[in-house]
Amino acid sequence: MLFEGKSMKNLMSINNTYNDDKVIDACSIFGAMDRSGRRFSGEGVFKAVANMHDRGNGLGGGFAAYGLYPEHADNYALHLMYLSIKSKLETEEFLREHFNVVWQEEVPSRKTAAITNPPLVWRYFVDVPQGLPENQSADDYVVARVMEINTSDNDSFVFSSGKNMAVFKGVGYPEEIAEYFKLEQYKAYIWTAHGRFPTNTVAWWGGAHPFSILDWTVVHNGEISSYGINRRYLEQFGYKCTMYTDTEVIAYAVDLLLRKHNLPLEIVARVLAAPFWDEIERMPEKERNLMRAIRQTYGSLLLNGPFAVVIAHSGEMIGLTDRIRLRPLTVGEKDDMLYLSSEESAIRLISPDLDNAWSPMGGEPVIGKLKPDAQIHLEDEKEEIVSR
Amino acid sequence: MTTMSETIIKIDSTGVYYRDLNARLREAITNGATKIELQNVYGQRYIGTDLNQPVEIEIFGTPGNDLGAFMNGPRIIIHGSAQDGCGNTMNEGEIIVHGRAGDTVGLSARGGKIYIRGDVGYRAGIHMKEYQGKKPIIVIGGTAQDFLGEYMAGGTIILLGLKLKDGQDHLSRYVGTGMHGGVIYVRGNIPKYHLGREVGVAKLNEKDNAVLKEHVTVFSGLFGFNADDILKSNFIKLYPRWLRPYGRLYAY
Repeated sequence: MLFEGKSMKNLMSINNTYNDDKVIDACSIFGAMDRSGRRFSGEGVFKAVANMHDRGNGLGGGFAAYGLYPEHADNYALHLMYLSIKSKLETEEFLREHFNVVWQEEVPSRKTAAITNPPLVWRYFVDVPQGLPENQSADDYVVARVMEINTSDNDSFVFSSGKNMAVFKGVGYPEEIAEYFKLEQYKAYIWTAHGRFPTNTVAWWGGAHPFSILDWTVVHNGEISSYGINRRYLEQFGYKCTMYTDTEVIAYAVDLLLRKHNLPLEIVARVLAAPFWDEIERMPEKERNLMRAIRQTYGSLLLNGPFAVVIAHSGEMIGLTDRIRLRPLTVGEKDDMLYLSSEESAIRLISPDLDNAWSPMGGEPVIGKLKPDAQIHLEDEKEEIVSR
Repeated sequence: MTTMSETIIKIDSTGVYYRDLNARLREAITNGATKIELQNVYGQRYIGTDLNQPVEIEIFGTPGNDLGAFMNGPRIIIHGSAQDGCGNTMNEGEIIVHGRAGDTVGLSARGGKIYIRGDVGYRAGIHMKEYQGKKPIIVIGGTAQDFLGEYMAGGTIILLGLKLKDGQDHLSRYVGTGMHGGVIYVRGNIPKYHLGREVGVAKLNEKDNAVLKEHVTVFSGLFGFNADDILKSNFIKLYPRWLRPYGRLYAY
């Protein structure tokens, strides 16, 4: 009964003093990946996204980090936000009922002047129960439970639900969120970051980026004007949009296409940012037929409107813009490091001597993968062991 | 942080907020500086905006968006790359970029010259315009991404494609979409289907060749190329087929 599905909550009952703001400007997105699997401190990333401070307005900041929980690498790491103690108690009961909770703790935070009235944020390292139906994978099971929690009557929201990854986000500038959640204590081989400038929707903790499902995360600059169509399509597959903002559909679309439909990333990019029909007509026959099929099958997942996104999941980080690049994206490379950013200066600030810097064509994905021999490891194993 | 030797000013821009940096530029110029060096520039916006003196500003690093916006006279040299909106609505002066430039280079420019050694992003020269003696010029050493010269209303764009391999087309699609003024000279090929429907293609005449020679010579001098080698190549001229393509669109 508790988690009987309702689609959206009344945000007016949520602490949010900014819901009358509607200003059109830019967000900042940033991503850094070490393709050798080396886990590094996010401090450079915090500095880089802070350098784009003026792109946001303090109404949302957040980070995704991959590889930060090696001690619980095999558990789903559920990060939850609660707007009341009551919702925490109810949701924890739900978690115990549906998962084997291996470890739980409050996500460490510190009092700062910038962050006012924060919600409770907890993390749970869980296993799914044995004996799932044959047609339901562990991932499917987790997605279904996340949707239940997000659409429940109580004020609980899942920030992230993947293995060995986490989303930290809230209302504030990204550098303030990093300070609040003590992110300097984590090491990860992928960091993505976002500074928000809300355009059409309210600013609240759940509406900050990254958006995620399982270990898929998305940070986004732009506006998805096809949100309504995308959302209705995704609802047919059990995804429920609950976060009051357009970006949420990208996370679910990516989960559906890559994980459920098992499409390669290059094809997924063509679904989200499909080539124009006139371009398709000029393609060689085989490619033309493929592109036609993609547009016909997944027309409802085409993302219309301006966007630049950094999408990540375990082992991969992807940059993509809309087909006519109405939002900027710069790529930087230095040895094994791959950077994606709204602005080149933010990359150069933390890596001045790049091997390479460029901007991909609109709709052309930039894909960073772990190298075949990559191992997730600490920046400096010895130092880490000693400091423990 | 600010050191003065005669009239050359050096400013370490590390951590300086863009408004403070621009205030210091104004102050230095008011005090008679003719050459200013900005070091450690990382993303400060609007550098050189509203300056109207013939001062030379050398930038080391990566200046932020809208470099030289509304600028009226200075010469800015960037040892690095420019981000989006470089030369936005500039009226007079020069911007010289030793790296590449982001999107909308010279958008709505109404005068001045922009020289970029490398590639440019989307919408270079969008809605650039000209009036009587005021004619903005953009020279691009590399190639351009889509919508080069979009809604172009005046001025000159020269696209050199110096890094293109033999037979390789320029990247840009939708070239000159909505173009209704100005001219684009292109070294190298742009497939016909990537031209906007408002764009005509022609050979260069004597007058065109004189304009091209003048600006390619300046460009080559700035970046160490041989102008004659560049000018030997084939160029095409893109021009607007109609000056008011949508003149009837809103006429009742």
